[in-house]
Amino acid sequence: MMMSIMHRITGFGLYFGTVLLAWWVNAAANPNGYARFQSFAGSWIGRFILFGYTWALIHHALGGLRHLIWDTGHGFGPSEREWLAAANLIGSITITLILWIVGLLAVGGPQ
Amino acid sequence: MTELKHIRTPLARVRGFGSAKSGTTAFWHQRVTAIANIPLTIAAVFIVITLLGRNQPAVAQTLGSPTVAVIMLLFIASITAHMRIGMQVIIEDYVHDDLAKLTLIVANSFFAAAVGLISAYGVLKLSFGL
Repeated sequence: MMMSIMHRITGFGLYFGTVLLAWWVNAAANPNGYARFQSFAGSWIGRFILFGYTWALIHHALGGLRHLIWDTGHGFGPSEREWLAAANLIGSITITLILWIVGLLAVGGPQ
Repeated sequence: MTELKHIRTPLARVRGFGSAKSGTTAFWHQRVTAIANIPLTIAAVFIVITLLGRNQPAVAQTLGSPTVAVIMLLFIASITAHMRIGMQVIIEDYVHDDLAKLTLIVANSFFAAAVGLISAYGVLKLSFGL
């Protein structure tokens, strides 16, 4: 139940977050535009939004896998549902942290 | 059927309200794009991570390179199609006023198309070196 509404909420957030994707690929065309994007992405608020976006993306992707399993008619048992919900949450937090550790090692801490 | 209120059959009463031939189209497209999103998102996340901390010319060159550009274009197409359907479901679930609902559904389609095309334009521009 809780994971179901989280799937919807993360999808809602990801929807508006695609503006960042549009900004990023368009900013890459010129140095000034890219510097503006990087100063946003490197700021505390930028990092906070991107961290939240990463988690929403991974959580929604794992939640989507759960729905695809359900679409096949499997995973509806009480213990299976509990396990899938836990795996969804723990998996999303773990993968998000791993991605950010890798990412921060690549660029260093916030400027 | 506990009581018969009408002499007409249930089938007769719904006839003429339109066929359901495309009734599952959005449902199906949502699943097809969901499946496509899995490998495409993994690829896009990998691309983003490899570009972190790189300077603008390096990012422009990588994003514009054929393989990366095509992956990004597929990613953009799949996620924007997926999010348009998902947001329409949310609107239909929570907005019950007809005018508000229709307005939001149209705005949703415009937003998804705009984000998708602007993003695709950005990638293509890098790819063609314009």
